[in-house]
Order: sequence, then structure tokens, then C-alpha cells
Amino acid sequence: MKVERPKKPDIGSWTEQYPHLGTADVDYTDSVCPEFYERERDAIFRKAWIHVGRVEELPRVGSYFTKEYKVCDTSIIVARGQDKKIRAFHNICSHRGNKLVWEEFPNDETRGTTRVFQCKYHSWQYNLDGTLKQATREEEFFNFDRCRYGLAEISCDVWEGFIFINLDPTPEQTLKEFLGEMGEGLIDYPFHEMTQAYCFRAHIKSNWKVFADSFAEAYHTPYMHGKMSPEMAEDMVMADGIAFKMMGMHNTTSFRHVPSDIEQATPIEQLTQCGLYGPWKKPDLGGNLTPPGQNLSNHPDWGIDSHQIFPNFAIIIWERGWYHTWQFWPLNVDEHIFECRQYFVPPKNASERLAQEMATITTREYAAQDANTLEATHSMLKARIKTHLPLCDQELALRNLHYHVNEWVNGRRPGAVAAE
Amino acid sequence: MGIFPEQFADIEAVGAPWALASYNDRQAKRHASTMAELETFYETVFPRSQEVLAYCNSFDIDDWPDEVKALMNMLYSLVLVSFAVEVWKQPRVPDTGAASFEAFDEPAV
Repeated sequence: MKVERPKKPDIGSWTEQYPHLGTADVDYTDSVCPEFYERERDAIFRKAWIHVGRVEELPRVGSYFTKEYKVCDTSIIVARGQDKKIRAFHNICSHRGNKLVWEEFPNDETRGTTRVFQCKYHSWQYNLDGTLKQATREEEFFNFDRCRYGLAEISCDVWEGFIFINLDPTPEQTLKEFLGEMGEGLIDYPFHEMTQAYCFRAHIKSNWKVFADSFAEAYHTPYMHGKMSPEMAEDMVMADGIAFKMMGMHNTTSFRHVPSDIEQATPIEQLTQCGLYGPWKKPDLGGNLTPPGQNLSNHPDWGIDSHQIFPNFAIIIWERGWYHTWQFWPLNVDEHIFECRQYFVPPKNASERLAQEMATITTREYAAQDANTLEATHSMLKARIKTHLPLCDQELALRNLHYHVNEWVNGRRPGAVAAE
Repeated sequence: MGIFPEQFADIEAVGAPWALASYNDRQAKRHASTMAELETFYETVFPRSQEVLAYCNSFDIDDWPDEVKALMNMLYSLVLVSFAVEVWKQPRVPDTGAASFEAFDEPAV
């Protein structure tokens, strides 16, 4: 079966709509060069707003979770205070520098509910707003002023229930400014109704951008994943983006729904009433299901939107009424942690629960193919035999990411430009 | 005394070892199994899966008894194993030698 070819812009391609990106081969030494990675750490990961979780993870006063932020050699506590406000702190005790919140293994992330954060070393206690509640044997210290020894707070803000942090003590842009048109385009989408979370991660031996690139194009889909989607393998164009929009360093790409995924269902898809695009039965959702940033061309066969939020986060919204996020947490130039979180409306019965299980396993089976290929890609990029790589029109979002990573590394980030 | 209700006693010997409560355990068992073992599980459980699901549907999802939890965990394994049997024809996803996923947050049931 053949689908209608997506109509490209009059200029001839999606890419040429953005002349600053050019059409030349893209220099991939930015993904293998240790010096470049060092510059990314300060220029991007200490300056940009970075997603760390959802508000539903902090349901009550005293709820908290920790996030390892190895790219900047820190760990972060995100907590809901007595005043219900969500705050973030460096996870370090002011006394002797011990990691404040952890269980069993210092490098493992943890979560829970508490009234105070108490250090395991000398039992210093901190309130949920980061102030020092009590230093044990305070009289032994010299000219001790409790106010001086609160936790180091990190800028923290929330957009549509997604919690972001910024390591810059005085961020050049607010989160709203940083997200710009991308953020406005998804206002009131009912993310908060999809609270049933299925999350998985993997340690990947590739630069973080190499994986971000892999999920930013569907050109590879019919080839790498042909066995899971024979229809796409029959008509390669089916996987193509039906609309692309670069919004500064962020971007959205819309994709179509494969027409007969239900008619050609496998036995397990029939049992679970779920296929490649998620559960067949759409949940009842409130809010704005068609915000302006979604299904950019109002295509009748719209199936998926990939919203890439600079630098390392993406929200993928499915027409079937669920969404998932990708995130890439750099460890060093050659490795990162890949995290996927899938969110559904809480199931009302066993059938709905099983359909969600099918959706999450389908994603994992796909992503396992992507993940393993990255190691093969990265290991050879490191050889620097091929440094400048051709990116096609379907790979526009990759071109955009590498362009803006280089802009930021060279000090040309939007906030810095505005400040000049 | 089995962990499945009486009407599913006939699939318990094959199905119960797959009634594992976490994705990580189910995936580990899949990877540790031969194709013949995966096919035996699939061919034994799949023909009864609609009945199992209908039985589970008769319970309130917020109050599943242990036997329903066990059956659902077996069905989650069936989903996982179905990819090996229906799609890949081998236990692992092809070309995924080094990749391994760890679930770090999943529904309690």
C-alpha cells in the first residue's frame, strides 16, 4: 500500500525554510571530541533549563526525589515544601559536603516523603525549603549562624506539570521565555490526566546527541524496524514527517498514523487491543486535545508528534491519547543514560492495563534496536574517518540540534544575545 | 494449592513460573529461555488468554486478589514473549547484544 506524498514547502524542502541551518554536511566531531564535551557541560548544561520530572511525582507536602546530574558533577533534590511549592537543591550537606539524600548506594536515585532532610554523617537537619533546621551540637561551632548554612538552592520552575531546573543561579531567561513558541503551542494539553507511568532506562555507550539524533528522525524506521512494521517497509515514505517546524533550538515534527495497523494486527495485538500506535481504545481526556503546536499541518491521518525540547528532552504525543518522553543524560563524551517514561490515563480494568503493557513493551522492543545501533555508530564516529555527514530533509531536526548545540557552546544562546 | 484459580489449573505448570511481578524479572526470564521454552509458554497460555483476561476483568482493578495479580503478571509475560515468538523468531530482539533496559518505575500491579 502506498500513501500520499507529504506536500513539501514551496521552497522545495523543509530544510531550506531555515537558511541559517544550511544544507551542507554536518560536522559530527561535536559528538566525539572530549574538549567539545567539556564546553557543552558549562555552556549548555549549566545554562539551559533541564527537565527533571513531573509534578505527579511530588503529590504531597514533603514528597521528594533525587536526580543524578553527572554532566555537572552534582545530584539534585527536588521537593514539595510546606507551602506546596516545588524547589530544587544541590544534594549536599553544608557541614562536611556529604551527599544529603541517598539510600544504600550513594549514586542511586531515590524518592520518598519526609518532614526534614537529615544527613547520615552528623545528623544535620534541613527543612523542606532548604533552610537549616538544626545543626547537632551547635555550641561546639564558632560564631555559628544557622542562616548561612542552608542548602544551595537551584532555580526551578514548572511548565504544564513538567518540572525544570536551571543550574545558573540567575537564569538569563525564564522557563517560559526559554520554551517560547514550543511551550505556548502545547498549553492545556491534558498531561496531568495521564498519570500511569511506565519508565525504563539504559546505559548507552554513545554520545548523548547520537541517541537524540536517532529518535529525531523516522527515516530509519522502515529499515531498522521493518519487521515490526511491514507496511512501512513496503512504502518508505509512510514513515516520513508530514510537517516540520523549527522553533529556535526546539522543534516539532508531525508523523502520520500507519493506515491499517488494526486490520493487520498480530495475534498479541488482537488480544491486547493495542498496536504500534498505542491502545486502540482512546481514553476520555479533557483539556485541549488539539493545541496549536500539535499536528502542525492538520493532517487527517496524523498519528504522532515529536516535540524536541533543547537540549536533551523530547515529548512524544500520540493521537491515541498517551504520551512518552525521551531524555538523554550525559555521563561523559562517550556515554549517557537514556531514560524513557510512558504515561497513560490510569486503566479502569484488566483489559486497559494489558493494552498499556503492550504499548510499553512495543516501545521497548523498538528502542532496543535503536539503542544497540548507537554503540556501533558512536564507536566508528570516534575513528574520525568520516567527520562531516550528509543529513537529508527528513533529518532536519538533527541538523537543528547540532546547529544550536554549537551556537550555545560558542556563547550564542538566546539569553546571552538578549542581554547584549 | 496453586497460585491460579481452579479453572486455570491446567495452564499453571507452564504459566505460573512466568507470573513475575516486574518487567526486569520477566525480561531476564525471557533472555534465559530457549526458543523451545518460549514457544511452549506461548502455545500453552495464548489459547486461554482471552478467558484469563475476561476473568481478570471481573475484578475491581483497585482490589485485585493475589490470584488475579498472578494471572495478569503471566499475561504481561505473554506480551513480552509474543515478540520473540511472533516477530523476532528468537529470544532477544535482533542486533541488541549490548543493549539492556531496566524498568525503574512501573505500576504496582
